[in-house]
Amino acid sequence: MTQAPLLQVENLAIGFRSSAGDRVVVKGASFEIAPGETLALVGESGSGKSITALSVMQLLQYPPAFHPTGSVLFKGEEMIGAPDEKLRSIRGGEIAMIFQEPMTSLNPLHTIERQVSESLILHRGMNREAARARTLELLEKVGLRDAESRLGAYPHQLSGGQRQRVMIATALANEPSLLIADEPTTALDVTIQAQILALLKDLQAEMGMALLLITHDLGVVRKMSQRLCVMKDGEIVETGDTETVFAAPAHPYTKTLIDSEPRGRKEPAEEEAPVVLEASDVKVWFPIKAGVFRHTVGHVKAVDGISVSVREGETLGVVGESGSGKTTLGMALLRLQPSTGAIRFLDQDIADLKRNAMRPLRREIQIVFQDPFSSLSPRMSVGQIVEEGLMIHGLGEGSAERVQIVESVLEEVGLDPEARHRYPHEFSGGQRQRISIARALVLKPRLIVLDEPTSALDMTVQAQIVELLRGLQRAHGLAYVFISHDLKVVRALADDVLVMRNGQVMEFGPCDRVFDHPETDYTRALMTAAFDLEVAGTDAVSQ
Amino acid sequence: MADDRLFGRTLTPMTQRRLANFRANKRGYWSLWIFLGLFVLSLFAELIANDKPLVVQYDGAFYFPVVQSYPETTFGGVLRTEPDYADPAVKQLISAKGWALYPLIPYGLRTVDFWSREALPSAPSARHWLGTDDQGRDVLARLIYGFRISVLFGLALTLVSSVVGITAGALQGYFGGLFDLIFQRVIEIWQGIPRLYVLIIFASFVEPNFWWLLIILLFFHWMSLVSVVRAEFLRARNLDYARAALALGASDASIMYKHLLPNAMVAALTFLPFVLNSAITALTSLDFLGFGLPPGSASLGEVLAQGKSNLQAPWLGISGFLVLAVMLSLLIFIGEAVRDAFDPRKSMG
Repeated sequence: MTQAPLLQVENLAIGFRSSAGDRVVVKGASFEIAPGETLALVGESGSGKSITALSVMQLLQYPPAFHPTGSVLFKGEEMIGAPDEKLRSIRGGEIAMIFQEPMTSLNPLHTIERQVSESLILHRGMNREAARARTLELLEKVGLRDAESRLGAYPHQLSGGQRQRVMIATALANEPSLLIADEPTTALDVTIQAQILALLKDLQAEMGMALLLITHDLGVVRKMSQRLCVMKDGEIVETGDTETVFAAPAHPYTKTLIDSEPRGRKEPAEEEAPVVLEASDVKVWFPIKAGVFRHTVGHVKAVDGISVSVREGETLGVVGESGSGKTTLGMALLRLQPSTGAIRFLDQDIADLKRNAMRPLRREIQIVFQDPFSSLSPRMSVGQIVEEGLMIHGLGEGSAERVQIVESVLEEVGLDPEARHRYPHEFSGGQRQRISIARALVLKPRLIVLDEPTSALDMTVQAQIVELLRGLQRAHGLAYVFISHDLKVVRALADDVLVMRNGQVMEFGPCDRVFDHPETDYTRALMTAAFDLEVAGTDAVSQ
Repeated sequence: MADDRLFGRTLTPMTQRRLANFRANKRGYWSLWIFLGLFVLSLFAELIANDKPLVVQYDGAFYFPVVQSYPETTFGGVLRTEPDYADPAVKQLISAKGWALYPLIPYGLRTVDFWSREALPSAPSARHWLGTDDQGRDVLARLIYGFRISVLFGLALTLVSSVVGITAGALQGYFGGLFDLIFQRVIEIWQGIPRLYVLIIFASFVEPNFWWLLIILLFFHWMSLVSVVRAEFLRARNLDYARAALALGASDASIMYKHLLPNAMVAALTFLPFVLNSAITALTSLDFLGFGLPPGSASLGEVLAQGKSNLQAPWLGISGFLVLAVMLSLLIFIGEAVRDAFDPRKSMG
């Protein structure tokens, strides 16, 4: 490297003091960024990548945080222990940061103009008019449509992608030489993610700033960065050029991480396997009420006339961006959400069954939710959670036999049978998801609706859960309705794919056909955004 | 760990953390012990303040007048009724052939000290530590009994109103929609009724006793927990674990009881000391106004009323006020410690 590094982090350790003793969470991290370069910090949750980035700007709470060793040199000057005034002038001036969640990082009570112009007025001493002109310029630069009319808007009036653009405009206001982006696209839909990444790349090239990108998404790393650092348990285990590392990872953890990208294809289900669930023309319309008498003036068509069918041993993938109605469809198929249209389960019409008549069938149709933290009762032990279904349906003679069933199911999903005595909060996200699967599986269902079961999990854990689901399907001939926004996982698991948008089917067909030869512009844009992280057919997607 | 069991039940780590948080609030922790100490002592008020001796040894035999009634003839008197042990003549009869052990405060709840020579209400003295009221009854004895009935009444009212309130809140929160809407309006109207006047009207056409007062006060008291529990149920019924239970085929009652109630109980529990406080205050104010417990019963409100009508005897008002202030403060301190214990920011860490 010929240029002097812009940022040089040397043997940085970060610890937290508490009454229970000091805990060091980052141990001896070293990396450097040259001007104009993009360095990616990759790692799973808990690896210490975010607090490493925060400590570059000295944004942690000191105390309890402290640095046992190390130095952070920005343009040759030490940041650790620098006086507050100096840090304040660097933060937002020389170094800017954008965060993951655009809703909570914008102040809900300030207009867009105020959010962006705040740092202009603070750091540059601009007056209101000059700041306004510059704000407008910035908003246009980050590609916010109708920027002028948006100046008076509040954050809740913008979409997630637009909010992230505003965040970027705020960060760029003082033309920083280093931009720290902490999971900038994780909370966004794939098509929006592609737009934001393209924007960041353009702006970087135009303004010549360096980018420290913190992410868990290897696709984003590969797309954006020249070099990367892989973090695990507070240590940087591998550093190198992005291309080299992807081609020949040196550290075993990096290998695992790269291998955990969902791969493989599902073996097709048998042609003559019986149809487990068949639904036609399912509609879920939520009335919009207005006026003094609350009469219905229109409907939000969350699910608008969708027909599906799943055979034994088959997986139907339902994909779509947030708000497309895919979860609502899942709930309607489970009869947990009132809907119209015919739903047949094993040749029995269940669309109009009363709740009591539905109860015996509940055994056969189960669900696994996205968030492994809210889907388990916090005050019940794992054993009680898994056993509940058995009790409701009167399965198993006596408690000894039920315990036996519970233990064997826990074993089947890869948990220690002794886990039944413990409580959900003692488990990691992946283990909790296994508990959820055990709760569904214990009833020996025919069909499981999986609502984004892997979205809240780390990459390596996600790969394990995908493997588990595949194995269970093979062993029990289960039918899956797999709802996800993650097209890579769907591709690895599904036989058929249903692409949804605004409650309607955009495309339906066998997995390979839809992924390799999408027929509609929207599906094509979705595929390009998901697999190549490129923006294609801007007309087909929203901002 | 030595600390992971309580009353023989294994504690979850979360409960252990909560107990530790409760103990960490020193003021609340000691308040709990002081309050429990006072309450347990007052449960044995008959042994502390009573006009009957605890033990009498007479003519070689032992008698326990506190638990059993004996005619005066037993001790060589002439009457076939129970003797007035405060009567110097009776004392003399007993000391002639044995001895008597009197309680610490030799006056009961209704004992009128006929043998005092001072004007009523009499000031604090060695004979009556906190003086007497205008009917010659010992103030300290009445305060001890008054404390007991206040706490017992408060506990009973809190228990019953919590059961009613939690049930109402749970149903409202769980079923939501129109049911919730109508019920919320009913509660709002109900809360708008000037409760003291209604209580006074009620109290005027029934002969108020402990149970009647409990029912009358319950009419207005049950609403205190409704909103908390309702909010908890509204939130939790849409969480995935409640929906998962629905998908398992669980009935409404079992979802409410098994999955939602334990979470709502945490919120409710934090409020309980404050509910208890307001229950005690409600009874005291009715007693003060003379619409409370029947005449002659021990009650703090009645002591305060006496203090008001006998301003020349400040020991009445001051001692009544002190007992109330100490009791209510202890409960508030306990409530603060309970709130700390259940604070998610402290117990999740």
